[in-house]
Amino acid sequence: MSERTRITHPRTTAARHGPARPPVREIDELTALGELYLESLMRSQRRTAFGMCAVTIGLLLGLALAVAGIAGWRAVTVFGVQLPWILVGCAIYPALGGLGYLAVRLLERNERAFAELMHQR
Amino acid sequence: MGAQVWPAAGVVLVTVVTLAAGSLGLRRARTTGDFYVASRAVTPRWNAAAVSGEYLSAASFLGIAGLVLTYGFDMLWYPVGYTAGYLVLLALVAAPLRRSGAYTLPDFAQLRLGSVAVRRTASLLVVLIGWLYLVPQLQGASLTLSAQVGAPRWAGGLLVCAVVLVAVAAGGMRSITFAQAVQYWIKLTALLVPAAVLTAVWRARGDRLPAASGGWLHPLGSGLDHPLYATLSLIIAICLGTMGLPHVLVRFYTNPDGRDTRRTALIVIGLLSVFYQLPTLFGVFGHRYLPELASRRSADATVLLLPERMLSGLPGQVLGGLVTAGAFAAFLSTASGLTVSVAGVLSQDLSPTARHRHERIRRFRASAVAAVGVPYLLSLSGLRISVAATVGLAFALAACTFCPLLVLGIWWRGLTDVGALAGLTTGGLLAGAAVLTTLLLSPRGGWPGALLAQPAAWIVPLTFGVMILGSLATRSRVPGDVGRVLLRLHAPEAMSRDLPSLDRSAR
Repeated sequence: MSERTRITHPRTTAARHGPARPPVREIDELTALGELYLESLMRSQRRTAFGMCAVTIGLLLGLALAVAGIAGWRAVTVFGVQLPWILVGCAIYPALGGLGYLAVRLLERNERAFAELMHQR
Repeated sequence: MGAQVWPAAGVVLVTVVTLAAGSLGLRRARTTGDFYVASRAVTPRWNAAAVSGEYLSAASFLGIAGLVLTYGFDMLWYPVGYTAGYLVLLALVAAPLRRSGAYTLPDFAQLRLGSVAVRRTASLLVVLIGWLYLVPQLQGASLTLSAQVGAPRWAGGLLVCAVVLVAVAAGGMRSITFAQAVQYWIKLTALLVPAAVLTAVWRARGDRLPAASGGWLHPLGSGLDHPLYATLSLIIAICLGTMGLPHVLVRFYTNPDGRDTRRTALIVIGLLSVFYQLPTLFGVFGHRYLPELASRRSADATVLLLPERMLSGLPGQVLGGLVTAGAFAAFLSTASGLTVSVAGVLSQDLSPTARHRHERIRRFRASAVAAVGVPYLLSLSGLRISVAATVGLAFALAACTFCPLLVLGIWWRGLTDVGALAGLTTGGLLAGAAVLTTLLLSPRGGWPGALLAQPAAWIVPLTFGVMILGSLATRSRVPGDVGRVLLRLHAPEAMSRDLPSLDRSAR
């Protein structure tokens, strides 16, 4: 008597076991595909984070050079206060707040995109 | 004698409020989790006020106005940098660091690299930065008490130490969250009300703003050597150093998750922006009405002395009491935050095997005594450098060591323990030597003096380079599970719930 062979469609088991395992676990188990997903998340976040830092520090260093180099700005006054004092003493703070708001928005957008990508799987 | 009543009342009031807020938390601090991180349940708005309350130290409250009075325009970059540092922190480290679940910088180093040697080095640096930051707080307290109520020079620092120890040892982190948040609003009020009154006085007199005396009014007119280099290096030190301040990072662990830490940092930028309009105003008025302070090298007292100089009689005395109260809020809040984080590191690394909860809390309290005692003794030694400049050196030390460790640890999988150790040692030794030279030998002119007084611009790139090259040379030592650690740092909250927690204690 020969052994009994069970034949099933491969998709049936796939369908049963698939949803029970969250996709993020695949990354955690360090499969090649998982590494690829992690790298894509980190690449998008890295670009945003370092971009925002570069803009911030570039803005400050650039402004420091500009107020030092452009002597003509000293002749411009607002309510009797010279332009460099206005720029560095007041105007730069709302700009920093705006950049911070933008950073939060962009970083969270990347995270949402990643979560959706994982969900689609 | 009558003039001393109001400042004394201000000091007493702030002390009582701090202790009362601490005892409110005491009744609720039941578990070790409460004690250390307020059980990680503080909302962004409360935590942002607490972060700002803790961050606005003697340097912000007294130091900036004094620097502006003495050196003029270039010193406006201090408050700009103090604010921009949170933007860099928000973008690069806030959320990943919170998600890592580590409580201190040494915890992060161990979690990421699995190396006890890196952990110990990071602990040592936390203690050094904390002490360097505490010295000017205690110096400022002594200056305030002796200028305002005629107390001996040792009294103010000792009072701050005592109040901080009682508040910290009794209630731990949760009580501090509440007390710190309150102290932001105390400090803002204590500068905003006098600033409004003094501006009105100035307008009523029809007085002019200070005329352009020498270069005071102009960029690079501070009269210091190599002002452009000093300005650029200062901006780098403060922007990159904020992320490495131990007391600031500990506060972010009290948020529930990474998303909330970003929101907290954003609100902090707003709160700081409002506050930092005011010290500049005091510095400008000080330049007009208290010009003798610059030559007497006691410009740190500008904020304290200005109200009575501009307004005679009772109104001036009341406002003088108000700024004294605000200054004490600044010393108490920053000193208690630093004490908690330095004591946390000291007690964890001195007693890693303490199992029982009571034993751990007892050791934490003993460490708190060491955490404030050492800087108090240093503050008595009579350093003649201004409080804001000393705090600037603490930022530089943090930027030269922890900034590269955090940035590479979070964003580059190639970092190894050997590379991190080499970088921390290089940055720590060079920046430490620069700080000591600047503090102990009187600063000399020329390029050597400028490079040592503002060391961040050349040491930070050097530390990054050493860490990267050291890691590339020891590529085989990259931890095998680096992907799993990085996933926990970067995965959004919705997904990280599905992840099993990493057990790092075995490594």
